[in-house]
Amino acid sequence: MSNTPFVIVIFAMLGGALRVSTPFMFVALGECLTEKSGRVNLGLEGTLVLGAMCAYATSFHTGSPWLGVLAAGGAGACLGAIHGYVCKLPRVNDIAIGIAMMLFGTGIAFFFGKAYIQPSAPRLGSIALGDWTGNPQLASALQINSLLLVGIAGAFVMSWAFANTRWGLIVRMTGDSAPSAKAMGVSVDLVRFLATTAGGFLAGVGGAFLSLYYPGSWNQGLSSGQGLMAVALVIFARWDPLRCVVAALLFGAAGAIGPALQSVGITQGYYFFNAAPYILTLFIMIGSSGSKHAMRDAPGELSITK
Amino acid sequence: MTGMSEPIGALPAAIAEDRRDLAVRIRRSAEYIAIPLFALAVSVVLFSVFLLAIGKSPVEFFELVERGGFGTAFSLQNTLQRSSPLILTALAVAIPARIGLVMIGGEGALVLGGFAAAAIAIPLVGHVPPFATLFIMAVVGVAVGACWVGIAGALRYYRGVNETISSLLLTYIGIAIMNFFVEGSLRDLSNPNKPSTMPIGDAYMVGKIPGTDVHWGLAVGIVIAIALHLLMTRTTFGFAARVTGGNMRAALAQGLPVGKLMISCTMIAGACAGLAGFFEVAAIQGRANASLVAGYGFTGILVSFLARHNPIAIIVVAIMFGGIVASGGLVQRRMDLPDATVLVLQGLTFVVLLVSETLYGRFKIFQVSGAADRT
Repeated sequence: MSNTPFVIVIFAMLGGALRVSTPFMFVALGECLTEKSGRVNLGLEGTLVLGAMCAYATSFHTGSPWLGVLAAGGAGACLGAIHGYVCKLPRVNDIAIGIAMMLFGTGIAFFFGKAYIQPSAPRLGSIALGDWTGNPQLASALQINSLLLVGIAGAFVMSWAFANTRWGLIVRMTGDSAPSAKAMGVSVDLVRFLATTAGGFLAGVGGAFLSLYYPGSWNQGLSSGQGLMAVALVIFARWDPLRCVVAALLFGAAGAIGPALQSVGITQGYYFFNAAPYILTLFIMIGSSGSKHAMRDAPGELSITK
Repeated sequence: MTGMSEPIGALPAAIAEDRRDLAVRIRRSAEYIAIPLFALAVSVVLFSVFLLAIGKSPVEFFELVERGGFGTAFSLQNTLQRSSPLILTALAVAIPARIGLVMIGGEGALVLGGFAAAAIAIPLVGHVPPFATLFIMAVVGVAVGACWVGIAGALRYYRGVNETISSLLLTYIGIAIMNFFVEGSLRDLSNPNKPSTMPIGDAYMVGKIPGTDVHWGLAVGIVIAIALHLLMTRTTFGFAARVTGGNMRAALAQGLPVGKLMISCTMIAGACAGLAGFFEVAAIQGRANASLVAGYGFTGILVSFLARHNPIAIIVVAIMFGGIVASGGLVQRRMDLPDATVLVLQGLTFVVLLVSETLYGRFKIFQVSGAADRT
């Protein structure tokens, strides 16, 4: 293998995709679950940041990063539960509540997180998958974290559950038609509450990845808007958990273009490449929103696609 | 209340109807004022509980906010200075909200408008007189802001792209565009500390309102708020926009130009935010740099929701929030609280406020018997 700039960039993008995609994957899976039940949670950015802070703080105090992951999920579930409870009240707009929860979650995270900017907490380890290749760049690109595998497994479980279990069917039915769910004796509010809470849990775990693995420390600029892109990722993945994984990898790779080019000396346009995921999201939304074909898979009760 | 004591039967039916309408309107306006105030009170209580839980005194907090935001002539002017961009960015949310769009792209339009104003000034400074330069800067800032948010409006109308998400994405893209130029081709190399554009120079800055330390942006913001209030309540355009916001299908059935209305409203919104960016550059910073990304666009969202998207109420609420922002430093130093305290207070207020939406129509006192139910 040669060390041409092209190869370096490709490896860096592959590494970036594997490294950066995990938070994308978790927020996308969380949002997918919530949207399948017919509700939108736009506040996952706040959930992600709060999850990152809680994970770091817990890991610092207990010395166990995996407890941190759990704490992050718990914090995310709390925010999701507030969102889920509040949205069932009449005349409360789920999109606006999402923006408010984003502000609130970020505020709480920054408030309590100030004490944790300095200390260093135990981080999650990584699994080396690429040592056999003998190529240092490929080996470093293939250093992955077990949360990535958890996320992929979660996507398979969710996909299977939607298709094959009673619970999956209930969630999909609530999302497609609230009247039929009611007719079947299912409490629409309860299903959506649980789906939003579980979605918040997943997004919180995504935040734990940010502070405990990559970038691997807690500071206020930790999240670069992964939570915001969750909604677009899910539209791109057409509400399919497995396609969420693909979308997350793609977004990870897009986010890695800037740093990858910088590593071979191309610094021009760094900020544009940094904005690549946003631009990609916008074009995906433009491409998919207008067409009936792409929207065919959307849950019928969803407010953003109506 | 009004006229109820008189024998209604003695009056012509039309007058009775009129008075009845007035009574309904007064009661409903009271509802629009009472419920946000109640929500505000609940957030203050919740925030006080939060402060008590971490061992700080809420009384001291609100005293410091009062002193740091409104207590002295100096702090009051500081507050007004900060409320001027808030008025404009809140209008950038309120006008699209009237037509039924939740737009949160004010921050991006502010940043890009401010940057465009600073960029256009570079070749003009020293050649064109200050007043003409400022005029051109303002026009360019407004135009760029209008186009930027207008994109989100057009995408919504032509492609059905959700405007909330697209405007948020455009904000991030706008900030990236500014960073690209400020750190690249337009960077002022004589300023190594912070990447910025060339300064426009003191002679070219927007002046202060005579007798105060507050720049003209505040006066302009207030005038624009009043003008937009009149536009939305007293003109055919405003009426058509409100009809569209109330019921899009009815508007289409009436043959209203929904697309034009939507795009115009979003462009007005962008223009307001772009103007805020122009004033930030031409009256405060003197150049475009990352300081433009100060969160005014996001606080403006909250201001607009708290004011129920009413431009006149926005002026009052913006001054209140300007005070909270202005007192942030004092609170931080005196009470040893992190700077995110203001963010917690804002987020909490926003959530409580949105939840209070559910209270409308639930209290008998605001309802007039026989009046059509508001749904």
